[in-house]
Amino acid sequence: MTTETIKSPAAATSSAGHALELRGVSKLFGALAALSDIDLAIRPGERRAVLGSNGAGKTTLFNCITGDFLPSTGGIRLFGEDVTRFPAQERIRRGLRRTYQISLLFNGLTVRDNVYLACRGVSRGRFSFLRSRADDSLMQAAEDLVAAVHLSDLIDTPVSVLAYGQQRQLEIALALAGAPRLILFDEPAAGLSPTERKDLVEILTGLPAHIGYVIIEHDMDVALRVAERVTMMHNGRIFKEGLPEEIENDPEVQALYLGDGHE
Amino acid sequence: MSSNTPPNQTLANPQAPRWWLWLVDRVAAIPAHAWAVMLVLLVMPLVADDFFLFQIFGWTFILGIVALSLMFLAGYGGMVSLIQMSVAGLAGYMVALFGDSGTTISLGLPWWFVVPLAMVIATLFGSLVGLLAVRTEGIYTIMITLAMASAFYYFTRQNYTIFNGYTGFNLVLPPDLFGVNWREPVPFYYLTLVAAGLCFLLVTYVSRAPFGLALQGVRDNPRRMAALGFNVTAHRVAAYAFASALASVGGILLVWQNAQIAPGTAGIHATFDILIIAVIGGLSRPSGPFLGAFLFVLLSTFAPDVLRAIGASGERYKMLIGGIFLFVVFVSPDGLLGLWERWKAHLTRDDMARGKGETRP
Repeated sequence: MTTETIKSPAAATSSAGHALELRGVSKLFGALAALSDIDLAIRPGERRAVLGSNGAGKTTLFNCITGDFLPSTGGIRLFGEDVTRFPAQERIRRGLRRTYQISLLFNGLTVRDNVYLACRGVSRGRFSFLRSRADDSLMQAAEDLVAAVHLSDLIDTPVSVLAYGQQRQLEIALALAGAPRLILFDEPAAGLSPTERKDLVEILTGLPAHIGYVIIEHDMDVALRVAERVTMMHNGRIFKEGLPEEIENDPEVQALYLGDGHE
Repeated sequence: MSSNTPPNQTLANPQAPRWWLWLVDRVAAIPAHAWAVMLVLLVMPLVADDFFLFQIFGWTFILGIVALSLMFLAGYGGMVSLIQMSVAGLAGYMVALFGDSGTTISLGLPWWFVVPLAMVIATLFGSLVGLLAVRTEGIYTIMITLAMASAFYYFTRQNYTIFNGYTGFNLVLPPDLFGVNWREPVPFYYLTLVAAGLCFLLVTYVSRAPFGLALQGVRDNPRRMAALGFNVTAHRVAAYAFASALASVGGILLVWQNAQIAPGTAGIHATFDILIIAVIGGLSRPSGPFLGAFLFVLLSTFAPDVLRAIGASGERYKMLIGGIFLFVVFVSPDGLLGLWERWKAHLTRDDMARGKGETRP
C-alpha cells in the first residue's frame, strides 16, 4: 500500500479530541439488548480491535456507528460532531468508511466501476449526467486503489466472477476511496487463505498514520498484530479494554475464548 | 472497420478539438450491426408503405420510448414502475389542454411553450410518484405504482375541468413547423425515429455516466451505496424524474399520432402493455424496449389476420398474442435480447469449434 494512493486531508491532523466517541449507546431489538451502555473513544489515527464471541454485539456496534441502525439510547460523535441522527451517507462524507462481514459489492459492475463509485460517492458530481473521461482524476484514483489491492489485472472484470479472496480485497479498496479518516473493518480476514491473510496484515499495517481503524476479527493472530488497543465485548457490553498483550494474557479473556464460560 | 489501424488515428488529427476526437471515438465504437439497423431505418420510407411507416413504425417508436423509460428504471435501477404510461398520458393531456384541440377547454398556447410545459408537468408528476414509491421494494413498488396508475385513469375519466372526462380531447395535431404536416406518414416516421434515436442514445450515454453507474450500484446494493456516501432515496427519485422526462416524449408523440387522447390511452390495459413490451424486449439494454414494441405492434396489428388466414376466428387474436409472449418469456427470461445474446454466443462457439478443427456431432 502506498501512502500516495490515499489522500491525507488537512482536517485529519487538525481534528482535536476523539475521532469517534460513543457515550452510553444501547440498541434494543424488542426485548433483546444487542448493545448495552457502550462507552468507547478512539483517538485520530488509532488502530483498535474489537473482539468477542458470536452475538457479542460487534457488528451491531458497527451498524450504529455507520448509521445503518439508530441507537435506542446514547450519542455518537465523529470528529467532534454529534452524528447520532445523521444518515449513513452524511457520516461517510465526514471521513468514516466501513467494510462488511459478507462482501457487499455491485455484482453487475466491473472492478473499476465499483471503485470508481466509491471515489465518486465522497466527491462532487454524484448526480452527474456527463461521463468521466479516461484521464479524469477520480478514474485515476480508482485505478490506483485497484492497484493498491493487487487487482489491476482484473480491473475490467465483472465483480460477480471474482474469487472470494479477491472480493474481500475489493471490499478494502472501496473503504479506502476518497479521504478516509476512520475505517471500520468487519472481519476482513474471514475465509481468507494464510497468504491472503498475510497480504491483509500488510495492507492494514501499511495504511498512512492519519487513518485510524476499528477492526472486528475472530483471528486473534491477525487482530493482535494490527491493533494498538483491544476492546473485548460480551453479551452486548464492553467487558475489557487494554493493550494486545494484556488482553492476550488475561485469564478471563482466555477462559471466554477457550469456551470455559465467563461468569 | 476493414483496417487494423484504430479509427481515431486514421480519422482524427491530433490537433483537432477535444469534442471532435470524442465524437470520432464514439462513432468508431458503433458496432457493424448497429450501422446496419440505422441504415435500414433511414431508407425505410423508400420501401415501406404509408401504413407501415405511420402505424407500425411510428407506433413502435412511441411505445418503445415509453417502455424505454421503464427499462431505465427496472434494468438500471431495479424499480419496476407501472406509472410510466400514466406519465406519458399526462404529457399528452397537457399538450391537448394548453395547446389546440377540438374542445373549448384547450387554451391554444403556442407549441414551443406547450411542449416543454407538458414535459415539465409530466416529469414533476412522475417524480412525485417516485418519491412515494422509492421507499418500497419489489412487488410493493409494482403495487403502489399500479395503484397510482389506476387512480390516474379513474381521475381522468371523472374530471371534466382539466381532462374532459370520458371524451377526452380530439383534433390534437402537431404544429406545422417548417411548412411540413408532421402527421403525414413520412414526416411522422422521421419525427418518431429521431425522437426514439435521441432517447436511446441518451439512455445509453447516461447508463455509463456517474448518475447511471450509481443507479446500477443502488440496484445491486442500496445499503452499500449509502455506505459509500450516496443518498439512495434521492438517487432513485432522480431516476424517476429522468425516466418520466423520457416517457413524456412518448406521450406527446402518441397524442399527435392519434390526434386525440382519452382516459383509455393511459388506462390499465395500456399500463400493462408497456410492462409486457419491456419484459418481452428485455430489460438489460436500451434496445430491448424497441424490439419488444416492434413485436407487440406487429402482433396487435396482424394477429387477427393471421388467425383468419388459417381458418380460425379472428376474435381470438389476444390468445395468439398471449401465447407468443408466453413462449418468448418461457424460452428466454431476458426476452428478445436474451435470444439475440444466446444466438451470438452460439455463433461464437461454432467459430471456435471450427477454428480448432473440431467436428460437431
